[in-house]
Amino acid sequence: MSHIVIDKNKCKACYLCIKECPKKLIKISTETNNLGNRVVEFDDPKNECLGCAMCATRCPDLAITEVYRG
Amino acid sequence: MATQVFKIPDSFKKDAKYSFCPGCDHGVAVRLVGEVLDELGVRENTILAASIGCSVTIYDFLNIDAIEAPHGRAMAEATGVKRARPDKFVFTYQGDGDFASIGLAESLNAALRGENISAICINNTTYGMTGGQLGPTTLVGQVTTTSPTGRNVEYYGYPIKIAEHIALCDGTAFSARVSLDTVANIKKAKQAIKKAFEVQIKGLGLGFVEILSTCPTNWKMTPEQAHERVRNEMMKTFVPGIYKDVTSAV
Repeated sequence: MSHIVIDKNKCKACYLCIKECPKKLIKISTETNNLGNRVVEFDDPKNECLGCAMCATRCPDLAITEVYRG
Repeated sequence: MATQVFKIPDSFKKDAKYSFCPGCDHGVAVRLVGEVLDELGVRENTILAASIGCSVTIYDFLNIDAIEAPHGRAMAEATGVKRARPDKFVFTYQGDGDFASIGLAESLNAALRGENISAICINNTTYGMTGGQLGPTTLVGQVTTTSPTGRNVEYYGYPIKIAEHIALCDGTAFSARVSLDTVANIKKAKQAIKKAFEVQIKGLGLGFVEILSTCPTNWKMTPEQAHERVRNEMMKTFVPGIYKDVTSAV
């Protein structure tokens, strides 16, 4: 099952990944991290993630630490 | 069974956390350098000549040996390191103010001498760390803290096109300008960095990459608007492309 792993404490809330995801699976969550940022969360109830890693390639803060495909 | 298609490069220090502003493309550039060092397998043999500016923090994140240079002198230090230890892989990571303003003499002369080193220059059209002053690459008409009415050609002159200048030097083996505004361009940027590193390993001369980056804080834009500015304004003056590649002629 394709999925991504987000390190919430590295997210600086630039939200570039949200626009990049072709399936729009990344959303702004209600959670705040230890930097005081409203972090993003990965929400994929229908297993739509392609594992394309475009979000991780775009993320300027290495907050998307792992991407799995298959 | 899911296969892992992305991970943090092995060249990164454990739990490395960037100190860059939100949305700054420095983060992407540093990651690409780490990925290329991993792929070429030269991390253990690498010496970095660090610069002054936002780019200096690269040695906080990459697990490599580094030497700090005075402002603009990274290419001169890299020259010394490479001449003393020709077996080592030596590269510099500089901003445009460091590489093309105070360090222009060192940078161009290293290219003219054909030093066997690699250089990466991050071009964000301003002095990012000191608060967004007018830099050598500031676009005509761009408002900065020291050009509040926009860059006026009669008063400040024209922006420098670094990749073209380095390509004109006979000692240069590879010179390219790349952008980080889209995922496709990020992949092209990685290929260019790899090429600039490979020409050094082959001993062909200077490998240089100019990377068009963003500075959302000093441009007073959101990260997304900053990428649009790179696409719509910067890429018209600073046209991406490969300006010199001696390996393609062989």
